[in-house]
Amino acid sequence: MLKVRNCESGYGRLRVLKGISLHVSPGEIVTIIGANGAGKTTLLNTIAGIIKPGSGEIVFHDKDIGSLSAEKIVALGCALVPERRQVFDTLTVKENLILGAYLHFRKKRKKEALDELQSIYSLFPVLKQRESQLAGTLSGGEQQMLAIGRALMAKPDLLMMDEPSLGIAPLIVKTIFKTILTLRDNGVTILLIEQNAKAALNIADRGYVLETGQVVLEGTSRDLFDNHDVQRAYLGKDYKKINE
Amino acid sequence: MLYNKKMETMPQPDIEQLQIERLQSTLNRVYRNVAFYKHIFDEKKIDIEKLKSKQDLAGLPFTTREDLNNCYPYDMFAVPLRDIVRIHSTSGTTGKPVVVGYTKNDLRHWTECTARLLASAGITDHDVVQIAFHYDLFTGGFGFHQGAELIGASVIPASTSTLEKQILIMKDFKSTALVCTPSFAFHIAGMLEETNTHPENLFLKVGIFGAEPWSELMRDRIEKGLHVDSIDTYGLTEIIGPGVAGECEYHTGLHINEDHFIVEVVDTSTLEPVPTGNEGELVFTTITKEGFPLIRYRTGDIARIISTEPCECGRTFVRISRIIGRTDDMIFFEGVKILPAQIEEMLLDIKGIAPHFRIVIDREQEKDTIEIQVEISKTLSAIDELKYLESLRNSIAEKLEKKLGIQVKVSLAEPGSIRKEGKGKVRLVEDRRSVR
Repeated sequence: MLKVRNCESGYGRLRVLKGISLHVSPGEIVTIIGANGAGKTTLLNTIAGIIKPGSGEIVFHDKDIGSLSAEKIVALGCALVPERRQVFDTLTVKENLILGAYLHFRKKRKKEALDELQSIYSLFPVLKQRESQLAGTLSGGEQQMLAIGRALMAKPDLLMMDEPSLGIAPLIVKTIFKTILTLRDNGVTILLIEQNAKAALNIADRGYVLETGQVVLEGTSRDLFDNHDVQRAYLGKDYKKINE
Repeated sequence: MLYNKKMETMPQPDIEQLQIERLQSTLNRVYRNVAFYKHIFDEKKIDIEKLKSKQDLAGLPFTTREDLNNCYPYDMFAVPLRDIVRIHSTSGTTGKPVVVGYTKNDLRHWTECTARLLASAGITDHDVVQIAFHYDLFTGGFGFHQGAELIGASVIPASTSTLEKQILIMKDFKSTALVCTPSFAFHIAGMLEETNTHPENLFLKVGIFGAEPWSELMRDRIEKGLHVDSIDTYGLTEIIGPGVAGECEYHTGLHINEDHFIVEVVDTSTLEPVPTGNEGELVFTTITKEGFPLIRYRTGDIARIISTEPCECGRTFVRISRIIGRTDDMIFFEGVKILPAQIEEMLLDIKGIAPHFRIVIDREQEKDTIEIQVEISKTLSAIDELKYLESLRNSIAEKLEKKLGIQVKVSLAEPGSIRKEGKGKVRLVEDRRSVR
């Protein structure tokens, strides 16, 4: 579904990604783990078209999307849930969600978008309760649900999530990760970036380990769990103390 | 039968994407963790970030047997020793042994690789698999053992016990599959004939053979002698052990487990990649190994790529021919690898002989024999003293046996009888074993 080949990207003269290759197949949950500054967010922003790649190929649904604008990429079915939610604080929950379906509204498919809204409400009932509340008044967890819901309003085939557990109460994190599994069961493919490597690997099929803009390891979640470097660096466990 | 359908039947473009991803991450790891690779890449001013396709591999330096010898024992490991859960090594007859380490993940991948070979031979959990490879530092025994267990077969670690014992096990334990070297299988077939045991009295269905080069003629003899179908496999300790490549039931070449290894075929003299289909030296790059990753390892084995098209069996992995030769004169003798150069080195130290010799390998009464014919020196004054010659002969034999760990017959030849003055290269090795 998504194929990235030798992608280089960065900000101005700062090269962050130094030739990244990765792929995501339909129906997979793929995670990218790595320390702060490794280039995880840069990678997602590059795929989403927010940053233009310096070189390399990004192919989504057999189409080179490297030079497309962010909105065109969303229209092709690749949506991003940005880091730190970034919901519109001064709009209501419903307004935030409808903005996510902007493309559908513009194409006069209002009804479809409103149907979608109902399915988001059934996925996150709490959003229905807070429908007319301003997004800025929601808790962190609710805002995250809203951000996911907003991205889903575009009916993406591939949902990219940037650190959905950041700054959220552990109990809510569990709910969100469960939702990710539900989404996959509903046919959405997931590319997930997480600082919480353990939680991410628990739900992911495969993963990539990013270090200073390069992939240093690729494998199934089981392979990554069993890799001692991953254990030492990202699972916060001492050598040979992983019991899972 | 397929073991891992998703991987084994993956379309070639997807395999290539996977290979690139894994190759790049392997390069990043070896550059960070293996001093040898950091040094050689820096020295040759190679920027690994510039590697963008499989073809770019050709710009990287080779890793040779000599490099591995220089890194004895642990210097090629890419992880600390505490992450290693298994250690194997080559026999070390051709120089220092090469010590290889496996992490937990390496072992799991290796196990799956051999399971794939066994599955393609039709092995299921209903089979009784007799493994007649040596169980020690050598990778053959343990490698296949793990794979057979993963499939759920009943595994008999028969190891290299005597022919009589193997046949007894085969009969009484009702073995349905035999895993060993082709020459050992040939000996077993010979023994059956000698003892008038008809193979119909056995339960064998299939033989999975490997660890030494063999011929189609040999295959025919074994298949007839044991009443089995046979599967050729390829592997070497440096790369992972058995499990690098293997035939399927269609016998259309050996499928390389391309999700773990990238193969290249290079010209034996220029070392440039040859066009697909041409013969050359096999060069392997490991792309999933954590403990002992190798970049462009020159195997010394000569073969060719038969096809990159999907096989009738459904596998999409590239297929190579059986091994048709060596770049050196390496001799495979009872699982021991011998290079004539080593023998020469040993002979040079012995007074009274000229370092001209010939190695003759033959088969007598179903047992391989190795004979080394050595010229005595022209300057040897005691040339007529039989007693002296006898003790000279014995001391050479003893020395060779000690070093090689196998029984060697030594015979002395007159000066100039092996290497005639002024004549070119003599054939150092004469292998009469090839089935006549």
